[in-house]
Amino acid sequence: MSISQDYTDYIAWDRLPHMWCPGCGNGIALKGLALALAKQGIPRHKVLMATGIGCSGRAGSYVSFHSFDGTHGRTIAFCTGINVAQPDLKIVAFLGDGDCGAIGGNHLLHAARRNNDLTVLEINNFTYGMTGGQFSPTTPAHSFSSTSKHGKVDYGMDMCYLVAEAGANYVASTTVYHTAQLNKFINEAISTRGFSFVEIASPCPTYYGRHNNLRSAPEMMEWFKERALPKEKYDELTIEEKQKYIMRGRLVQRDREDFLTMYMNELNNE
Amino acid sequence: MSKFFVEGNVASALGAIKAGARFFAGYPISPASELAEYCSQEMPKVGGIYMQMEDEIASMAAVIGASLGGMKAFTATSGPGMSLMQENIGYASMVEAPCVIINVQRFGLSTGVATSPGQSDIMQARWGRHGDQSIIALTPSSVQGCFDLTVEAFNLAERFSSPVMVLFEASIAHLRERINILESEELHLIERKKPDVSPEDYKPYKPDERGVPRLSYYGSEHILKTTGLVHTETGNISSDARVCAALVERLERKIEDYQDELPPPKYYGTKDAETVLVSFGISSRAAREAVYRANLAGISAGLIELQTVWPFPEKAIAQYLSKALRVIVVEMNRGQVTREIERVVSRNLVDPLLRTDTNIFYPHDILDKIKEVHDI
Repeated sequence: MSISQDYTDYIAWDRLPHMWCPGCGNGIALKGLALALAKQGIPRHKVLMATGIGCSGRAGSYVSFHSFDGTHGRTIAFCTGINVAQPDLKIVAFLGDGDCGAIGGNHLLHAARRNNDLTVLEINNFTYGMTGGQFSPTTPAHSFSSTSKHGKVDYGMDMCYLVAEAGANYVASTTVYHTAQLNKFINEAISTRGFSFVEIASPCPTYYGRHNNLRSAPEMMEWFKERALPKEKYDELTIEEKQKYIMRGRLVQRDREDFLTMYMNELNNE
Repeated sequence: MSKFFVEGNVASALGAIKAGARFFAGYPISPASELAEYCSQEMPKVGGIYMQMEDEIASMAAVIGASLGGMKAFTATSGPGMSLMQENIGYASMVEAPCVIINVQRFGLSTGVATSPGQSDIMQARWGRHGDQSIIALTPSSVQGCFDLTVEAFNLAERFSSPVMVLFEASIAHLRERINILESEELHLIERKKPDVSPEDYKPYKPDERGVPRLSYYGSEHILKTTGLVHTETGNISSDARVCAALVERLERKIEDYQDELPPPKYYGTKDAETVLVSFGISSRAAREAVYRANLAGISAGLIELQTVWPFPEKAIAQYLSKALRVIVVEMNRGQVTREIERVVSRNLVDPLLRTDTNIFYPHDILDKIKEVHDI
C-alpha cells in the first residue's frame, strides 16, 4: 500500500453517513486522528482503530484501516495483546468516558503502569449516550442526567491526573472546540512510544446538554470555550471548583521505556 | 522426542509451546499457577512473551488481541477465573479468534476449595457465555494427555477458528508422570489459513466451504475488521435479520457438523458390555482400573472415556451404549455429564456415581458400584 498523505484516505466514505447525532463531537476527534495519521504518513495497514461500546464504539466502521470493536471496558486490555503481537502497528483506542473511567478503569490504569505502546483517545461527553444519557464517572457533581434527576451526588473523575500518576508517557486534555490544540495533542500522542492518553471533552447536546440547559451544539461549544482553563489556572482551583471546569493542556511528556522494550532489555541483561 | 517427568500443568504448558504458542497472558490462581510460572520462564527462551495481567478479564482479552495480531496465544486459569473470562471467550467465538483456554478445575462453587480437585466446570464450559454458539472442550486424563490434548487444542483452534478449552483437574495438574514430549517438527501442527484473495477483494468473514473464515491479522495489507456486534462478511456491523440468522447458524454448524474431526471417546473393557461406565479426566483413571477388576471377576463391564466433552460426542456414545443394560456415569460433580448421557440413552438405564467431597474416586468405590448395579 502506498504512503497516505491525505487525511481523507483514512475515512471509509462508503460507510457514511455516520450514525452520530447532529452536534456530536466524535467526528471532530476522528478527523483529528485522520489528520495526524496523514501528517505522519502512516500506511493504512499499519494502524488500528480500537473501540469499545457506546457511541464512540462505532468509529471503527468509518475508517478505511484495521478496526477492532471489543467488549465494554476491555478494549485497552485487548490492545496490550495486539501490541505485543504487532509492535510496529500504530494502535489507537477511541473510547468513551464510561469505557475508560468506569468499566475499564482497571485496564486503563494497568496499561498506563506497564506503559504499553498504545494511544488512548478518551472522548469525554460526560454521559452514557448510547443507553440514554445516564451519568458517567466524569459527569461533574450536581449535574443532571437520566439517572441523576436531582443532581449527581458524587464527584467527576479526573482521568488525566489518574493516568499520569499510573505512569503514562504522554497525557494531555482539551476539547473539540479547541481544534488546533486537539489536532496537535493527537499528533503528539501517536508519535509517543509507550502509553499516551488524550482526554477530549466532546459535546452531547442530545443527552448531557439537554439535561443541563445546553440544548444545542453551539451552546455546548460556548460552554467548552468558557469552561476550559489552561492547566496552570485549572491547577489553582479547589476540588469543588474543578467540577465546573475542564482542564486544557499537557500534563506529561516523558520517555520511559515501554513494556516491550523493557521486557526485551531485561532478557538481554540476564 | 524426549522423556520428561513433569506435572500436568507443566505438560500442558509444554504442549502449548511445542504447538507454537508464543503468547501467554494470565493471572495467578490455584491450582493453575505453575502453568503461568513455567510460561514466564520458558516463553522468553523461544522468543515468546509472558504477560501477567491485572485480572482474568484482561488476560483473556490480551490473548485474543495477540491472536488477532497473528500469534498462537493461550491462558490458564481455574473456575473463578474462568467465570471472569466468559465474556471475552464469547467475544472470541463471535470474532472467530483462535485461542486456547486451560481450565485447571478446582473444587466447588464460588471460591470453593482452592487446592482441591473438581469436575464441576463442565456446564460452565458449554454454557458460560450469553448467546448461542458452539465450543470445543477437551478433557485429558493423564499428564501425557495434558501435553497431547493441549497440542490438539491449538490445532483445533486454528482449524475451526474458535476458542478451544482444555479441562483437567487439580489432581492431574499436580500429578507427576513420565511422558513423551515431541518437538514441534515431530508434531502434526495446523497453521492459520492465509487469505487467498487480493487485499482489495478481501472479506475477513467470508467463510470457506466448511464455514470457517480466513482471518487476516492486524498489520496485514488484508484489512481486518472485528466486532462483537453482528457483522457481515466484510466485518461491518449489521442488524439485518438474515445476516443475524446466518451468522448464528454458521458459528454453531462450523463446529457441530465436523464433530468427527474431534478426539473421539476411548473404550476400555468388555466389548458391548452389559454395564458401561462413562467418565473423563482423573475419575476415568479410577474407572478404568475398576472395569479391569470387574472384568477379572467375570463381570461384563466397559468404560467410555471422554476426550472431547463439547460438543458432546452423542453419536459415538450412543453406539457404545447400544447393548448396555446399565450406564454408570462417574464424575466429581452433581451430574453435569449424567444429564447429557440421559439425552442419549433412556434415563432408566442411567445410575450415576457422583462425588463432591473434595476427594477423587478410588477404583474400589467404583467397583462397589458396578457390583451393586449387577446384583439388581
